[in-house]
Amino acid sequence: MYLYDQYDQAMVDARVAEFRDQTRRRIEGTLSEEKFRPLRLQNGLYLQLHAYMLRVAVPYGTLSGAQMKMLGDIADKYDRGYGHFTTRQNIQYNWIKLEDTPDLLADLASVEMHAIQTSGNCIRNISSDQYAGAATDELIDPRPYAELLRQWSSFHPEFLALPRKFKICVIASETDRAAMRLHDIGIRIVKNDAGEIGCAFYVGGGMGRTPIIAPLVKEFVPLDQLITYSEACLRVYNRYGRRDNKYKARIKILVHELGLEEYRRQVEEEFAHLQTLAIEPPLAELERIKTYFADPAFETGLPDEIDLSNANFAKWVKANTAPHKAAGYAIATISLKALTRQEDGSVKAGIPGDATGEQIRVMADLAKRYSFDELRVTHTQNIVLPHVRKADLFALWQALVAAELATPNLDDVTDIIACPGLDYCTLANARSIPVAQKVAERMAPKAEEIGELKLKISGCINACGHHHAGHIGILGVDRKGVENYQLLLGGCEGADTSLASIVGPGFNEDGIVDAVEKATNFYLAQRQEGERFLDTYRRLGMAPFKEAIYG
Amino acid sequence: MKIITGNDLKTGAVIWWTGQGWSLHVNEAVEAGEDGAATIAAEEAARRVNGAYLVDATQDADGIRPNHIKERIRALGPTVRLDLSLDPSATPAKVL
Ligand code: SF4
Repeated sequence: MYLYDQYDQAMVDARVAEFRDQTRRRIEGTLSEEKFRPLRLQNGLYLQLHAYMLRVAVPYGTLSGAQMKMLGDIADKYDRGYGHFTTRQNIQYNWIKLEDTPDLLADLASVEMHAIQTSGNCIRNISSDQYAGAATDELIDPRPYAELLRQWSSFHPEFLALPRKFKICVIASETDRAAMRLHDIGIRIVKNDAGEIGCAFYVGGGMGRTPIIAPLVKEFVPLDQLITYSEACLRVYNRYGRRDNKYKARIKILVHELGLEEYRRQVEEEFAHLQTLAIEPPLAELERIKTYFADPAFETGLPDEIDLSNANFAKWVKANTAPHKAAGYAIATISLKALTRQEDGSVKAGIPGDATGEQIRVMADLAKRYSFDELRVTHTQNIVLPHVRKADLFALWQALVAAELATPNLDDVTDIIACPGLDYCTLANARSIPVAQKVAERMAPKAEEIGELKLKISGCINACGHHHAGHIGILGVDRKGVENYQLLLGGCEGADTSLASIVGPGFNEDGIVDAVEKATNFYLAQRQEGERFLDTYRRLGMAPFKEAIYG
Repeated sequence: MKIITGNDLKTGAVIWWTGQGWSLHVNEAVEAGEDGAATIAAEEAARRVNGAYLVDATQDADGIRPNHIKERIRALGPTVRLDLSLDPSATPAKVL
């Protein structure tokens, strides 16, 4: 994976020193909150419901063992013993003290990490495919391009005060595992008819108040013009984006209001102009970056068979591992949606995305032992060990069982995405986590029978929990001071991206759990051979589901 | 009644105005009276609190209960992690 050069490190170290000084001035009183607030936000420090919250950037979701270990240590040293992995492939800490933050940031910088551009109207952390470099279906590893974009977008002077925040995603597979078309810019690395590799640009997607699937703006941009074309897309937005209205300020509204053709025309004009300025980074820089993402030294001649005689292990392998491009290896996903069986036989669900400091260190150690020292954070709030020898899977699973990290539920109805909601977030209308827990606990006995069902919960319209993209989505609303939940059906973030629609009037907390159960029962009764929940919904449409839920 | 809450500038902890200073415990909050806005301005200027605001609350035999769930969660802790609450008697039912 990428290692900082002296410039990267100097920039991050300088930022820590600068923030240390700013924090001191705030505490001493020479900086007002009004002046300090944008400065702390530029360093990822929010004031949330209970305390300051720090959001740490995990570039394209990739971490080394040492970085992961530091994240665990930070949870214990500066927080209350846990961290929360987010739908942006980042980690957040909920109980941070302002006076500790400079030291925390210095600790992060010591492992080449920071919290810069995790807030504010700038280009945020670049997201990517959590299986990058390991997937069987990828054209090339997208991460060198994500890294190039990271370097270009870090402290980019022109794009630090955009009309609104800006999210970019890069993938290189047909299968979209990163919700690429729900980003401000989604880039898919593709091959054209001539066999050349380039980028398809999808611009103006997003969730939130106005969910839009990004339309294709340009089918093929040569790879050596990736940055120039990105700059052109951003420039048009920066110039004409709606700064007058926060709710209309995202690029999706601009593309929609201008119309795709006109937006595309303006980008082309800007692109032609930028090409005369030769702003594309030198190829040598890309080649330098690429060397960091070379395949690890995969062994050859490894056995492909796995001894599945242990039934619980077999279940975990089936649910939580995926094929790897190298023979004898697998991709293993560690679920952070724990289901723990209680003495009375019932199931207790954990908090989606939360892990204790100790669990984080265990995962770091397992990455060292079994996955070439690499981990990935997924937008579904799980952790991936990308390169595990099949022969090591059993030992890995045993270690995960010991750390309560071996729940075999990837992509089933209990593998729920949930934003922090009203338990932690000042913007929330309703709590998300308890609903996720109740749904998971109710549905656990049927989860295997139901199969793939992506359920996503947001505590407000900002949609950090991606509810628009859930096969089943749940949105928390405030009904005269009381929490209320809307049910949505039919969303999908994959290659066949679709947006979920609201079924009908909202429910209280228990009612929404019943509604999910009714929807899944109806699916089980109606499904045809091989159909997932989403397929049955798409075949039958909303009306019969609505009838089953409200009838 | 109207009470004042905010976050401690240095630690970020949720705090409540007691008339003389700030407490971590909602039950030590006092009626803000007519000077609520002035108190907030003075305390923010003195850097003892950040993001302070007035909250409607009710006092009964059990103590002070903010009227909105958001401030009850601030007072008692995340409903999903009441092991972190400062109030040993906190239960989800008490928050809701
Ligand atoms: S969706 Fe709303 S409630 Fe949930 S984390 Fe985002 S802003 Fe907070």
